[in-house]
Amino acid sequence: MKSNQKPVSGSYFPRDRVRQPDAYTPCYKTSVVRSPHKALISMNNTLSEITGPVFGHSMLGDLDNDMMTNYAAPGETAIGQRIIVHGRVLDENGNGVPDCLLEVWQANSGGRYRHAKETYVAALDANFGGCGRCITDDNGYYIFRTIKPGAYPWPNGPNDWRPAHIHFSLFGHAFAQRLITQMYFEGDPMIPHCPILRTITDQNAINDLIAPIDLANTIPMDARAYKFDIVLRGRRSTMFENRMEGN
Amino acid sequence: MAQKLNFLKESASQTAGPYVHIGCVPNFCGIEGVYPEDLGSRMINDKTEGERITIRGKVFDGTGTVLKDVMLEIWQADHKGLYPAVNEFRGVADANFIGWGRSPGDYTSGEYVFETIKPGIVPFIDGKPMAPHITFWIVARGINIGLHTRMYFPEEKEANAADPVLARIEHKVRIPTLIAERTGDGEYTFDIVLQGDNETVFFDI
Ligand SMILES: [Fe+3]
Repeated sequence: MKSNQKPVSGSYFPRDRVRQPDAYTPCYKTSVVRSPHKALISMNNTLSEITGPVFGHSMLGDLDNDMMTNYAAPGETAIGQRIIVHGRVLDENGNGVPDCLLEVWQANSGGRYRHAKETYVAALDANFGGCGRCITDDNGYYIFRTIKPGAYPWPNGPNDWRPAHIHFSLFGHAFAQRLITQMYFEGDPMIPHCPILRTITDQNAINDLIAPIDLANTIPMDARAYKFDIVLRGRRSTMFENRMEGN
Repeated sequence: MAQKLNFLKESASQTAGPYVHIGCVPNFCGIEGVYPEDLGSRMINDKTEGERITIRGKVFDGTGTVLKDVMLEIWQADHKGLYPAVNEFRGVADANFIGWGRSPGDYTSGEYVFETIKPGIVPFIDGKPMAPHITFWIVARGINIGLHTRMYFPEEKEANAADPVLARIEHKVRIPTLIAERTGDGEYTFDIVLQGDNETVFFDI
């Protein structure tokens, strides 16, 4: 935020639930008993929703956004296709969201997660943990380095496979903006078959989760790049709010 | 044709899945040495002002089964009702309180725990007081978009009765789903039911 500006405190645009997945989506079986049946209670944002914690860049370690090495033994790297994932976090007004915390997690290049509840037979990679994080700069820009995750099978239908994906948790400026989503890779043939993607019925909203290959930003002879922009809810400017100044 | 509004649209949510711990609480799930500690695991320190409280609970699905792969986050004001946020203009919140916590449910019991302080009173949009409350956000495998709810305190009977958000709930019979149970001195239990007769009230905030 600019030092000569007061941070904006307007309420957020209502969430466009048509573009968001419903809670109850039988194609994704686990949602059947974990979805509220009663209507959500709508409420106008109060201070409790338009505020949020502050995450400072100082909390980050040097390797936090480098999943290729942040769990690896000294001098080693994770096995897999070397990639850079980068982009901007924007709000619905089109403005970059600075100081947004991104936390990412993913399977290794064979599609295996480092987790006690993981049951897939694919091999673990001793040099890959699977977590990374970064905080956007003044323009909402972020970047991290990783290896391309593999597709993996999961118990839903008898033969369901997840397309390659990276999970993203985003913490913008307010609790109302909190979002978890997944990034997919352009050209993945598993995308149209994925029950979790099919929880979203709006094809444009699905397309917006697919990162294109970004040949302009590859590092020759080293790593390919994918660009992934994420949009968080936008807020009304204080001028349109009938709340008292300072409220 | 009119001009275009040119708004962008919020990215679609996707489930946190069963492995949310890897990204959000890696130390909890055994991925150690990447981050010094899990974010949101400590909300208070020795100098934090206010009444210490512990909140525990479980999250139940529509069959009454406890979720063992859930992650919860809470956000609350300090003991004076001030948020430790950049857009808190009413005063400066307690510097020893971050207001935000994150807890995975225990792998075996599914129980979550937050050690925090009791929040003060925060004004509603019209300036009238809201009863002390804590905002909850729940994600898990099978939850397509994070669920928002609030926890209120059982000893705040009068404030709860006057609370403008609770007043929005037409079916008064559901209000008790937002009120924690006091199980001891500073000890509260707040269970969350995702679906069914006793379904917790969730908000579209
Ligand atoms: Fe996954």
